[in-house]
Amino acid sequence: MSATAAASLTSTGEAVQFWVLGITAVIGALCTVLMKKAVHSALCLAGTMIILAVFYLANGAYFLGVVQIIVYTGAIMMLFLFVVMLVGVTAADSLTETLKGQRWLAALCGLGFGILLIAGIGNAGLKTFNGLGRVNSGGHVEALAALIFTKYVFAFEITGALLITAAVGAMVLTHKERTERAATQRELAERRVREGVQLPPLPAPGVYARHNAVDVPGLLPDGTPSDLTVSKTLRARGQVRDVSAEAIEDLKALEQRSAERLGREEAAK
Amino acid sequence: MNPVNYLYLAALLFTIGASGVLIRRNAIVLFMCVELMLNACNLALVAFSRMHGNLDGQIIAFFTMVVAAAEVVVGLAIIVSLFRTRHSASVDDASLMKL
Amino acid sequence: MENLIALLVAAPLLGAAVLLCGGRRLDKAGHWLGTLLAGASFAVGLALFADMLGRDADDRLMTQHLFSWIPVEGFQADLAFHLDQLSMTFVLLISGVGTLIHMYSIGYMEHDERRRRFFGYLNLFLAAMLLLVLADNYLLLYVGWEGVGLASYLLIGFWQHKPSAATAAKKAFLVNRVGDMGLSIAIMLMFTTFGTFAFGPVLGAADETSEGRLTAIGLMLLLAACGKSAQVPLQSWLGDAMEGPTPVSALIHAATMVTAGVYLIVRSGAIFNGAPDAQLATVVVGAVTLLFGAIVGCAKDDIKKALAGSTMSQIGYMVLAAGLGPIGYVFAIMHLVTHGFFKAGLFLGAGSVMHGMNDEVDMRKYGALRKHMPVTFVTFGLGYLAIIGFPGLSGFFSKDKIIEAAFAKGGTEGWILGGAALLGAGITAFYMTRVMVLTFFGEKRWQPDADGHAPHPHESPRSMTVPMVLLAFGSVFAGGFFSIGDRFLGWLEPVTGYTHGHPPVSALTVTLATMVVLATGVAIAWAMYGRRPVPVTAPRGSLLTRAARRDLFQDDFNHVVLVRGGEHLTRSLVYVDHTLVDGVVNGTAASVGGLSGRLRKLQNGYARSYAVSMFGGTAILIAATLLMRAV
Repeated sequence: MSATAAASLTSTGEAVQFWVLGITAVIGALCTVLMKKAVHSALCLAGTMIILAVFYLANGAYFLGVVQIIVYTGAIMMLFLFVVMLVGVTAADSLTETLKGQRWLAALCGLGFGILLIAGIGNAGLKTFNGLGRVNSGGHVEALAALIFTKYVFAFEITGALLITAAVGAMVLTHKERTERAATQRELAERRVREGVQLPPLPAPGVYARHNAVDVPGLLPDGTPSDLTVSKTLRARGQVRDVSAEAIEDLKALEQRSAERLGREEAAK
Repeated sequence: MNPVNYLYLAALLFTIGASGVLIRRNAIVLFMCVELMLNACNLALVAFSRMHGNLDGQIIAFFTMVVAAAEVVVGLAIIVSLFRTRHSASVDDASLMKL
Repeated sequence: MENLIALLVAAPLLGAAVLLCGGRRLDKAGHWLGTLLAGASFAVGLALFADMLGRDADDRLMTQHLFSWIPVEGFQADLAFHLDQLSMTFVLLISGVGTLIHMYSIGYMEHDERRRRFFGYLNLFLAAMLLLVLADNYLLLYVGWEGVGLASYLLIGFWQHKPSAATAAKKAFLVNRVGDMGLSIAIMLMFTTFGTFAFGPVLGAADETSEGRLTAIGLMLLLAACGKSAQVPLQSWLGDAMEGPTPVSALIHAATMVTAGVYLIVRSGAIFNGAPDAQLATVVVGAVTLLFGAIVGCAKDDIKKALAGSTMSQIGYMVLAAGLGPIGYVFAIMHLVTHGFFKAGLFLGAGSVMHGMNDEVDMRKYGALRKHMPVTFVTFGLGYLAIIGFPGLSGFFSKDKIIEAAFAKGGTEGWILGGAALLGAGITAFYMTRVMVLTFFGEKRWQPDADGHAPHPHESPRSMTVPMVLLAFGSVFAGGFFSIGDRFLGWLEPVTGYTHGHPPVSALTVTLATMVVLATGVAIAWAMYGRRPVPVTAPRGSLLTRAARRDLFQDDFNHVVLVRGGEHLTRSLVYVDHTLVDGVVNGTAASVGGLSGRLRKLQNGYARSYAVSMFGGTAILIAATLLMRAV
């Protein structure tokens, strides 16, 4: 076995690691695409990213591997989760396609693209792997730093500017300018009295709850659920739990039974 | 094992991510798929770096991460403001740019 | 003296400007101003004439350069005047006869409330015509040419409240436009051939130019002359132009307008000399027109239209003479001048008759007017004798020379042309005698006019009779004065050139033959109209008479061939435009629209659809790259 050939092959340990983790990463990626709930997708993606970090380490990119874990899985994915929570953690994405032919086209394009890429790589004649032993001889991070601060120093500075711009941009996009002074508690109370719409505090949710009750609306005397009893945010997200007619029927039967037992005539009607 | 397999894996992940972009309607998931594509590229870059025996590939992957971070920040801000105005995170709802 | 040339044009032009822009405050004095300025022009002309006579025959050319009009490299046109014997003759004729007509118009237009405007137009007419004959290059001549067209349009349609007058003016203008097109093409050809417009270089270089070029230019000039001089086939406007006031008819027929074509041909003699085909076309046009006009003149009952036919015929003589080349140029101009006198006199006489007869124009409703209008009768009679060529009077000398020259053309052509000219002389004698007899002799056939007023013929005022008398003098003596001792020949020869023709028969024979024909024509007319009572309403007449009354179907011909043909051409072009052109245009638009409608569906507003396009495009790019690498 020649030296060149030796450099182009990896150890058995790495091969085992590649096949095990590689398959896991593909599954994670597929789950990211196919999971109904955004939060599940995010978790799968985080897993895939950690596997990628391991691969980076295996390929001698120690710095990148650590950065991948810290920045991607630690910061970016958490940012994703924050937004998912903001938008509604349980809001499931319907997987039925609305655009005509979109799924077929996507599948066709994806398949073709993948085949072409793999064919391209197969044709590329990548036979020699030099390894990073020589460039890492003076220390891996030091070698990276030398490149970043000499050859790539302009790009590096510009990415700094880019990050600052992105931070300012995110703030500008999400910032809501307060155009008037926030109303105080007293003013709110006075306004409520003045308008006379809802003088007492809002009714509590889910009097007949079987869950933790926050997303279950309270029922009015005639048995219809009242929107007032559920938080505005939940209503906006459409996360108000449906109080089905069946449950109300159950309750009705329960009341009737107890009324019969207690001999209350008027309640039986 | 031949390290070229890393490239195959990267291609596969990239394709999966791209298909996800085409299929999913939830803007957040769509965005995650974009991140997946970026990561696949990074993996390829790292493998190239090892292949050629220099660190330029890793440096580019590093820059990719930085830019991706900036992109995520702005992108998520856009998604949040979109959700605020439309009460929906579906990209199909934002289809005003048609006739 | 040469600096005075511009005054010739400037005086009437000033008159036109003042009269047309001056407004109503000039109503009282406008006609005097107009006449005065026309007279001033004539006076300047006389002064220049006297100066010219004092010079040697070879040194008589006077020029005046005012300014460089179009100073473009390789395209030079000057505002410059060129006064030689030919121009001088025209200047005196135009301004002299023009002034007399101005004087006459003072009386004739007395009751017209737009008299000031009329004089403004008359002055404009004079100025344009003088510019035409004085111009030093063809481009400036064209300006005068168009000015004449404009002024004639304004004057023929002067009574524009009458639809017939407005139509006649439009007809004259449009027919003239055809001729103008010929002139403009001729000028363009000249520029490409000679590189200049000035008379001197153009005519001087004519010898060295190919005959084909000269023929083309000559034919275009002939077309122009046909338009202005009312020669076949562009003759149709002349009869209708009688809708204008009678002084206008006199001016158009005697001094200006119709003479412009003859002037153009004679002026461009050098070009015609080098183009025998163009000359042949010219003589044919002249011969046809002189018979055409004469025949039409025989059948018209309207005195002015009969005279119009006679004008057409006489101009035909001039064009015929001009087409003969150096044999005939001098006689064309001589006949033009004598014709200017007697035709102006005849028209003014006709106007005088109409003036006394409540503007009646039908000769069948005249008769026996000689006692009531003695001055008119005598002057008209002298004009009549002059035009038929009565021995000793103007027309005799000039017309006789033309007939002689036509015979001198030689060969069969000479016989045909001479015969036509001779026949024309006979017909002229016939129809002019008819006019004379119907108007002044025979029974009274006066009819009350539309308002029931019976006519009371009376002699016209002094302002009208004086010009008639002066013109009568010209009619009587001009021809003899010009011919005896070949004065006119000696005067014009340095400009136009002259070769003596040798007619196959002796000059005396031609003269005698003319006399015989003339006497025959007079006798027939007398037999038909003098000896027999004349019906007030015209009899149906023979086929030829009816055809001649309809101007030998000239308008029908124009209508069928040109108007109908034009309509059909237009319709077919419209059809082609609608089906082919519009079809292509609309088809293109529709197919683009349809394609756009299909493509528009790709723009559905969904970001994911666009992403598919991008992704698919990327895939195709990669495939292409791989393929190229594989190949």
